[in-house]
Amino acid sequence: MMERNLLDIRAESDELTTDKMWVIMGPQHPFSHGLWTLKVELDGEIVTDAEPIIGYLHRGWEKECENRDYPKIIPMTDRLCYAASMTYSHLYCMTVEKALGIEVPEKAQYLRVVADEICRISSHLMWLAAVGTDLGNLTVFLWSMREREYWMDLFVRLCGARMTTNYPRIGGVRNDITELFDRDVDRCTERFEKALWDIIALVDDSSIFVSRMKGTGVLTREQCVNLGITGPAMRGTGVDFDIRRDDPYEVYDKLDFEVPVLNDGDSYSRYLVRVEELFQSCRLIKQAMQKIRSIGKNAPYRLKVPSKVPAGTAMCRLEDPRGESMMYLVSDGTEKPYRLKVRSPIFVNVSAAKPLVVGSRVADVPVIMAMIDMCLGETDR
Amino acid sequence: MAYKSILDWITFGNIMENPWYPFGDLYNLPFDISYKLWEIIGGALAWLINLLLPGNPVSTWLVADGTSVGGALLIFMIVIFLVVFICTLLSLWMERKVLGRLMDRRGTMIGLKGFLQCVADGLKTFLKENTLPKKIDKMTYMWTVALVIGVSVLIACMIPLSGRWFVVNYETGLLIIMAFFALAPFLILVSGWAQNNKYSLIGGMRAAELMISYEIPILIMIMTGCFLAGSFNIGDIVNAQRDIWYIVPMAIGFVTFIFCATAEAERTPFDIAEAEAELVEGWQTEYAGMKWGLIMLAEYFRGYVSCAMIVILFLGGWNIPFVSDNVNNLVPELVFLAKVWLVFFVMILMRGAFARVRTDQIVNIGWKVFMPLSVLNFVIVLLLKAGGIY
Repeated sequence: MMERNLLDIRAESDELTTDKMWVIMGPQHPFSHGLWTLKVELDGEIVTDAEPIIGYLHRGWEKECENRDYPKIIPMTDRLCYAASMTYSHLYCMTVEKALGIEVPEKAQYLRVVADEICRISSHLMWLAAVGTDLGNLTVFLWSMREREYWMDLFVRLCGARMTTNYPRIGGVRNDITELFDRDVDRCTERFEKALWDIIALVDDSSIFVSRMKGTGVLTREQCVNLGITGPAMRGTGVDFDIRRDDPYEVYDKLDFEVPVLNDGDSYSRYLVRVEELFQSCRLIKQAMQKIRSIGKNAPYRLKVPSKVPAGTAMCRLEDPRGESMMYLVSDGTEKPYRLKVRSPIFVNVSAAKPLVVGSRVADVPVIMAMIDMCLGETDR
Repeated sequence: MAYKSILDWITFGNIMENPWYPFGDLYNLPFDISYKLWEIIGGALAWLINLLLPGNPVSTWLVADGTSVGGALLIFMIVIFLVVFICTLLSLWMERKVLGRLMDRRGTMIGLKGFLQCVADGLKTFLKENTLPKKIDKMTYMWTVALVIGVSVLIACMIPLSGRWFVVNYETGLLIIMAFFALAPFLILVSGWAQNNKYSLIGGMRAAELMISYEIPILIMIMTGCFLAGSFNIGDIVNAQRDIWYIVPMAIGFVTFIFCATAEAERTPFDIAEAEAELVEGWQTEYAGMKWGLIMLAEYFRGYVSCAMIVILFLGGWNIPFVSDNVNNLVPELVFLAKVWLVFFVMILMRGAFARVRTDQIVNIGWKVFMPLSVLNFVIVLLLKAGGIY
């Protein structure tokens, strides 16, 4: 509210206006979690204009894919976003399976759901840690990273790697659950549902944290839809849409979960949506693990698939931790894709930087942009 | 007087009987220590010279009353600075260790439970190249940072540790410390202009913005404390709290003062002048190497002074309530330091739990919360004083 009033006063009297200056925040700046730049025009402390600049991390990812066999692209998809490696390799495998016209075994579908949700939790915890540093509190950062370690260990139990997991395969998953994973997943989930309340108590019960987030970076529902924002940032502005529920893939339609939606459209509602998603992911993991155990140990989890994909196109989308990610595959009947297009949620979301930060103070810029949860690997590709 | 052996030169006289004794009729412990140290050094030197050239005037000059006080004053400065320096390093170590435990990590681990990390950091910044950015106003750039550091060290040394451990004994001691304390934001503002960097400029502006929000409430509360004691002298204020600390009549003021003192020391949640999330390092962005290291050290000096002000004004200084004078006069310096570190512990807890406030929020809090509370505190004290309780 304060910012609005100041802006009005300045508009009314020309005597108060001072020279504006452009401040280039980035590419190496503590607030930009990754290599990108936000140019902001400042009038005193108030942002009057902004322009995001991306492309520092462009490495020709899509072009590289055209020179590789289909299975060899799976490890590359892990490198799109190190925090959401599982969802991207899952998405790629789903797209190729659609082009092949095959359906993966039920057990593999549940395993992919479990892996996706673990990935979502670890990605959201990383985001929570970033919010902590952007608000100037390192306790939130370290507590979130500590919690994230448990989920990283769970990934090690599942597929042997922490971040670049390389777990889904075209036609299923690489391996069945291990005994250690089976033992630890419930312990980890139950522990986390309690431990998360520590962080929530630290942030939500503190009026400084809440006042820093409430009322900043406000987007209306219409603006959000017009800008193409997806994911938790969209659900924080009142758009009730989640691909897992409204366009279900794999076995999400057989699982029971809720989609948190809030109407305020400010940073705080985006924060609350993500925190609630952490709890919902825990619910999903518990349900999916029950199903996996009931399916039994000897059920198939991977199909043999041909190395050549028939000519044609296929498109798939799924709910990434950051929003809606999409892959479009054009195949010419060979062992290599003719074209593979990635729709990255952050590439679209970051275009909303200007409407998000204009009118707020420069101190709020890191918090507002943290709620987008930047990841440059997938943005620049 | 016949100077036969070395012991004739080193006499360990009573400092109070020396006509040049600079502290009047008050006993000063660090000066006593330095005086005796000088007697050993100067006496041994005089004895050596006398051995080579018997009956020369230099030797007798070296052990004269005036020379002894002058030499003792030099050592006195070193003693005072070293004690404050080690106390500050201890609070730095405490912050790192306690903050580490709050965040579920170990904190510093190098030597002596992590204390030697301070030394390692000092050496590291000392060995760094001394770089200067282009197109700066070089004189202002260097002088402002030197003054910020110098003023911080000065006020830290001016804080008395007890009735016998002080540097000066002004009638307006508290006001003088506050005046020097409030100098730094001006220097930071000038330094922000001098650095030819937009982040530094915004950081300097923020330091000024922060200052106008807390400086007036803090002065009102200091005035209230002095009003209660009837003196601006630190010793008088502390002695007036012999049994009942001023936290009892000024409970509101105590809570407000802790926040204002945190802002004065520019610590989280009020470290908006160097908000690393948006301003990289705020007004310190362009300072590299040892300059930055000294700025960091100066911040801890200021933190130490803030805590010491709280202890002097509210927590009874170096007194332990309800004990006999004999016990109270045993080690008042350690009692004082223990209280200072206790307050500093509270500040560390605040740093661990709070986020950084925004610039408009701190001005709002300063004028709409701290200001009325400090005036309310003053009114309560006024009523107590008028009612004859104090």
